[in-house]
Amino acid sequence: MRRVMIIDESRCVGCEACVLACKNENNVPEGMYRDWVVQETRGVFPEVSLSIRSERCNHCQSAPCVTNCPTGASHYRGDGTVQIDRALCTGCRACIAACPYGARFVHPDGYVDKCTLCAHRLDRGEGTACEEVCPTKAIAVGDADDPTSEVARRMRRASLYVLQPEAATLPNVAYVR
Amino acid sequence: MSDTLFTRRRFLSVGAAMAAATVAVQAESLVRGRRAHASVVDPRTDGAVVRSVCELCFWKCGIQAHVQGGRVTKIQGNPLHPLSLGRLCPRGTGGGGLAHDPDRLTRPLVRVGPRGSERFEAVSWEVALGTIAEKLQEVRRRHGPEAVAMFNHGAGASWFRHLFRAWGTNNIAAPSFAQCRGPRDVAFDLTFGADPGSPEVLDIAASDCLVLIGSHLGENMHNTQVQEFADFVAKGGDLIVVDPRHSVAASKARTWMPIRPGTDTALLLAWIHVIITEGRYQRDYIERYAQGLDELTAHVATFTPEWAAAETGLDPELIRSTARRMAAAAPAALVHPGRHATWYGDDTQRSRAIAILDALLGAWGHRGGFFVPAGTRIAPYPTPPYPSARPPADRRVDEAPFAAEPLAQGLRRATLDGDPYPVKAWFVYGTNLIQSIPQKAETIRAIQSLDLLVAVDVIPSEIVGYADVVLPEASYLERYDDLLGLAWRRGAVSLRQPVVAPPGDAKAGWWIAKNLAERLGLGAYFPWRDIEDYLRERCRLSNLDFEALKRDGVVVGPPRASTVEEGLALSFHTPSGKIELSSERMRARGFDAMPVYRRPADPPAGFFRLLYGRTAAQTFGRTANNRQLGELTHGDRLWLNATVAERLGVHTGDRVRMTNQDGARSEPVEVKVTERIRADCVFLPHGWGHTARGLRYAQGKGVDDGEMITKVDVDPVMGGTGMRGNFVSLQREG
Repeated sequence: MRRVMIIDESRCVGCEACVLACKNENNVPEGMYRDWVVQETRGVFPEVSLSIRSERCNHCQSAPCVTNCPTGASHYRGDGTVQIDRALCTGCRACIAACPYGARFVHPDGYVDKCTLCAHRLDRGEGTACEEVCPTKAIAVGDADDPTSEVARRMRRASLYVLQPEAATLPNVAYVR
Repeated sequence: MSDTLFTRRRFLSVGAAMAAATVAVQAESLVRGRRAHASVVDPRTDGAVVRSVCELCFWKCGIQAHVQGGRVTKIQGNPLHPLSLGRLCPRGTGGGGLAHDPDRLTRPLVRVGPRGSERFEAVSWEVALGTIAEKLQEVRRRHGPEAVAMFNHGAGASWFRHLFRAWGTNNIAAPSFAQCRGPRDVAFDLTFGADPGSPEVLDIAASDCLVLIGSHLGENMHNTQVQEFADFVAKGGDLIVVDPRHSVAASKARTWMPIRPGTDTALLLAWIHVIITEGRYQRDYIERYAQGLDELTAHVATFTPEWAAAETGLDPELIRSTARRMAAAAPAALVHPGRHATWYGDDTQRSRAIAILDALLGAWGHRGGFFVPAGTRIAPYPTPPYPSARPPADRRVDEAPFAAEPLAQGLRRATLDGDPYPVKAWFVYGTNLIQSIPQKAETIRAIQSLDLLVAVDVIPSEIVGYADVVLPEASYLERYDDLLGLAWRRGAVSLRQPVVAPPGDAKAGWWIAKNLAERLGLGAYFPWRDIEDYLRERCRLSNLDFEALKRDGVVVGPPRASTVEEGLALSFHTPSGKIELSSERMRARGFDAMPVYRRPADPPAGFFRLLYGRTAAQTFGRTANNRQLGELTHGDRLWLNATVAERLGVHTGDRVRMTNQDGARSEPVEVKVTERIRADCVFLPHGWGHTARGLRYAQGKGVDDGEMITKVDVDPVMGGTGMRGNFVSLQREG
């Protein structure tokens, strides 16, 4: 099993319901975010285009945060996700410096925090909070190894791309246009 | 889980970017086993779950709210509810931020300073309701029961509408009519004998061509509609967006038409011209169901795409080709009727043009167009008949003859001039009149002339600051409301029920209305013991299972044909029994029987037309104090075209003041410089600029578009207040 999240940009309207659902689900402190929405405008009026992306930890398969974590707190869970063991985290921020996606922050309780891909929910057979709330079904989470899954269908689309491929992090979070 | 690590090595040919990085993963995973469970915590997913109905906007989605320790920890869409289908918009998701707003009203208040000073003292319910009853009776003795006007918005208002009908007044108005949906509803009713309803009966997901005229789906987050919109986009539906602003919807369109603001009717008439002259309308449908085609054909003969191009600034060939595209998709084509339609004062006519175009496309009653909804009959709780009362005071004879509801600004006018009779008391429920009716100075002047102003609210909004008596209501997460009927593909009944206890002394609307009624000698209209008693009896009379409603939050009715394709026989409740392309009713009242385009005034040199609209995380102004929603992107900046900004030397983040054509000056507002808007207009998100001292979080964020809307173009057909005729110049701060 490889858990992946494939986000369909063409569906996303940038409403940020995913941001709030995540904050509520995971009790994310005020002013801190495990996911966020980026809007990019290109072109000059009236030849304009807008792309909208819900972003978060990319759950990289070659994760700089894991490589750079001196205590082993950041680790691969074995299901495609990258997790942080709070008991081992000293809050040294090496992972924050290493992450090309700006996905991590220091929780007021002293450990580094980020998207868990709602592993606690996935383990129960539910979707992530952001996937579940999304009014446009832009977010799909599933097993990349199951060719019948919605994520596998999306991964077969020609427009599949990842953020900062030059970082060679091999993300398990990817996008289609 | 421990064995899954290596099973995922199975390689999927999805490109190198997604390929597994075997070495790195294996190396780092050696110690994984011992802490697989320590790494993921489950902070707040247990606890009680209550299914209810949202009230962060008017869509009324089904929700399921999770509770821990007396607090709402999260809110999800109710998967059983046809309007949410398990999903929610950001506002609904952030509803806990309303229930647990530290600025909530928690005690009944009586004013101690001058009106508007926001100085109150807390009193008991006994004192608050006693004061109101005494003053209402005094107004009644001196001026009659109709001297009491009620302004309302939202599901919880039903108890108070009932109370004031029982009291003997018809002066019950909602700004959602004359300040919002009115022109559209009236125009569709004149054309089809029915309005698009709320939620609108649009079959968007099944449509092949969707035309949006200023409707920015995705920025207005009407849940079900946005869900269907995304499905429509994903399947490659032909989306045509007409908007001076490159909205989120425009960014998903096959064609974006950045029209000159205010010229939409010219475009619509040219589309009608093309579809008729090229014979592309739904012939059988029009022949069978419509009247007035010959008259319409003659009417639009000169409205060529070239004529419209000069008005709209759009390419005539594009006008032609887009008309052909919608006709090719018909009858699974839909020109969205819009919602907030009070723009330029000729809005009923513009909405009529939309309705006529929809008729030519055969959209009404067809799959992919407007479906014909099923309702659910809910039996009334038996109460005495209402006393007769004078017609509402909002209109003079022959004024706005097609108004389907009393005009909120008309009641304000009658309050000021006493014509046709005095209005001396306002009871305001769930609407912040200071922001929701334009020309705020008039509203305040009217308020200062009242004998009594009562506000029922959950937060200390601006209108609360002017009230003589403030009644703190339990929020939608803390109370029962009346059964909510839904007219949709299948009819449904939903239940709002308490999730948590209200703060302090806040009380549910039903309790307030019933207790006030008893003090007014109207107890017979509230003959039930308590709300559950009432709801149980209504359910019994309606053959509804109250326990199922409490458990599921909704009961959905049986499937029923809602389109011709499903076997529905169409009927039109107009005087002719047909779709009225040409309206004899309008002609008889002295209006154009078919829409005529009137060119709007251009902005004077140095001025921009002020456009305004929704953002995804805001409903009117009432969500601005919600600290959860405040964590999302602030939609409170003024959009300014990039070329213009360069000329003015203004950058994103700079602060400017607006001065409008009447000299009204705004507080400073932050600018968003963007290529996504025309050069002749600016766009201001609606609902910011709060001044109420009690709204500690909202204060100082953004500015109120209402401050710049000093000019109102009233629609003579139905009294809508057109608010897009205001122009602003910009002055840099600092």
